[in-house]
Amino acid sequence: MSTGTALDPRTAPPFPIAAARSLEDSQLRKNVRHATDVIQGKRARVVSEMPDWEALRISGEAIRRHTMKHLDEYLRQFEENCARVGGVVHWARDGAEARALVIRLVEEAVENEGPHNSLREVLKIKSMTTEEIQLNQALEFAGIRPYETDLAELIIQLGHDQPSHIVVPALHKNRQQIRELFRKEMDLPELGESPEELAEAARRFLRTRFLRVPIAISGANFLIAETGGVCIVESEGNGRMCLTLPRTLITLAGIDKVLPRFRDLEVLLQTLPRSATGERMNPYNSMWTGVQRADGPKQFHVVLLDNGRTDVLADIEARQTLHCIRCGACQNVCPVYRETGGHAYGSVYAGPIGAILTPQLQRLQHARSLPYASSLCGACYEVCPVKINIPEVLIHLRNKVVRRDTAGLRVLGNPEALAMKAASTIFRSERRFRAAQRLGRLAQRPLERKDAKGEPWVSSLPGFFGGWTATRDLRAMPKQTFREWWENRSRNNRDAKYSAEAPR
Amino acid sequence: MSDARTAILRRIVEANSSQGTAEAAAESWELLPRDYSVVSQRSRADVLELLQDRLRDYDAAVVRCEPALLTMTLNATLTAARVHRIGIPQGLQELILPAGFEFVIDEGMSPSELDGLDAVLTGCILAIAETGTLVLQSTIDHGRRALTLVPDVHVCLVRSADVVETVPQAFARLQPTATMPTTFVSGPSATADIEMTRVKGVHGPRFLHVILIHDDAAT
Repeated sequence: MSTGTALDPRTAPPFPIAAARSLEDSQLRKNVRHATDVIQGKRARVVSEMPDWEALRISGEAIRRHTMKHLDEYLRQFEENCARVGGVVHWARDGAEARALVIRLVEEAVENEGPHNSLREVLKIKSMTTEEIQLNQALEFAGIRPYETDLAELIIQLGHDQPSHIVVPALHKNRQQIRELFRKEMDLPELGESPEELAEAARRFLRTRFLRVPIAISGANFLIAETGGVCIVESEGNGRMCLTLPRTLITLAGIDKVLPRFRDLEVLLQTLPRSATGERMNPYNSMWTGVQRADGPKQFHVVLLDNGRTDVLADIEARQTLHCIRCGACQNVCPVYRETGGHAYGSVYAGPIGAILTPQLQRLQHARSLPYASSLCGACYEVCPVKINIPEVLIHLRNKVVRRDTAGLRVLGNPEALAMKAASTIFRSERRFRAAQRLGRLAQRPLERKDAKGEPWVSSLPGFFGGWTATRDLRAMPKQTFREWWENRSRNNRDAKYSAEAPR
Repeated sequence: MSDARTAILRRIVEANSSQGTAEAAAESWELLPRDYSVVSQRSRADVLELLQDRLRDYDAAVVRCEPALLTMTLNATLTAARVHRIGIPQGLQELILPAGFEFVIDEGMSPSELDGLDAVLTGCILAIAETGTLVLQSTIDHGRRALTLVPDVHVCLVRSADVVETVPQAFARLQPTATMPTTFVSGPSATADIEMTRVKGVHGPRFLHVILIHDDAAT
């Protein structure tokens, strides 16, 4: 098993280009549409049976906001409490530090296993944070074989593919595509295509590895400062396998994953499963603290990762991005994500949350087209279980992108700024505005094309403006403006005011 | 790596323009809004009914019995599940177990030995009706976590006195043992990774049987 090339925002094409490519794949669009429809329906049903849903969202937001305000204190508490019961806490400023740390910990663990087990293998629980730092590629480069154990991540790994959703990373694949992959990679030529048969094939394929491999790497849904505990939410039991059978467990978690107290889980463990998979509770939640004498791994390491998160924290208007609990509900409702799927975002964090998180983690050096990958419809904000105002952050980031792009540029050197300046001059005077409208009507004449209903459209603007019409059509300006119609009406038609017909 | 620790904590303090303290954090945590439902709205009988419905909704099998009939009910459940070799945690030795099955006490079985079991029988610390959840901790009655994971059939005993209605009620009860390894089990292992079709049973037990024992006066 070798992993495909990771999604990397530093090298990914801009969103409009990647999205145009995704839009041509009708199978992909059908798969994404089906999956997001199903999850949305299930979510709506289990959310509607909670009369206190809004109160839970308000509490969830308050807990997350409070945590960020006291983040240094809570991380210190987590470290102290985890270490007291045998966990070892490490810190990593960026992906490179985290990768080096994890590889060193795996190599030490292999060494500790002694000469009878020299296989350099690790089990992995689905973790977007390990995807973010491209851990699998680094492990393979160091000669260590990572085995993804979540069914969707296994599909991704076997297919040298990339995750396209936070919760259901392989939702862009349908059963026939998965069967073909399993037939080839698991050497099962007779395999059928029912989800039951495919899940059974994965169960058999992974069971020997669960029983054999003594080292596991996980992410974390929550770190609990009060107890030093970790919480992982899952469905299949692959997580429990990795958390209980191996002798060494390494958990990689963003510093944003901490919660103040055990009791805070009573809020987020209600909102997360209902938002993520539309279940009242997902099949398994595991919570553990450090090392327990007779239960689970004997060596337990936690790697706390910054990788741009403190930069997000420093931006007062955008720091709410860190409140995210990775439920994926915003992806399922997003009219843009539902058309393009996840890969177009060029990052493991796709959809609305990815559109605000990725550019910030990249310090706006990369992924600068993502804040524009939205219609600002606000559906993401409505479903967010911790009330992240994604549209607000999108606008804030657009503003930052523009300010950065135009900083130091003289207006004359920048066509967009020049056009904006011209527009502002025109809009300031009624006389100039009317003159511009008359001029526009004259100028558009050679560009007008009538559609089937006889309505005039401009579908291709010349020169610099052509970029705007490359992906849209522009309604042609009407023969008469509203003001002109109103003025004519007042002059000629004072007595017949109710019969006046609006201009077309 | 203490460098990284110092640098990250410093950057957080800069971003917040203030250094966090335990007192300030605790004081502000107490003031967080918590207007969601915590207490029971339903009668005890309705709460048990709800638990049963929610468990069945996840494809778990549920039977209810009086304490005196437990051995008989166990016999019927294990026979129906067609299991013979059954793992139990040490605390369940005192239970009167039905004859005709091989009960194996877990005293640190290896993963492959666990894999050789047909089923596992355990208790639980509590059950949450609203979400159909059983909560297990690493006690002598529930066993260590791997015991209830590797075998394909899990039979769980739930005392009606241990059934709560809401998630917050469960967390209040769990607070004293918050640092123990804890597993929330809501139905059999499942996946919806293929076309969002829920499939029962991937790596954890494919079959979950719950025996709800009526042992409190209220019901």
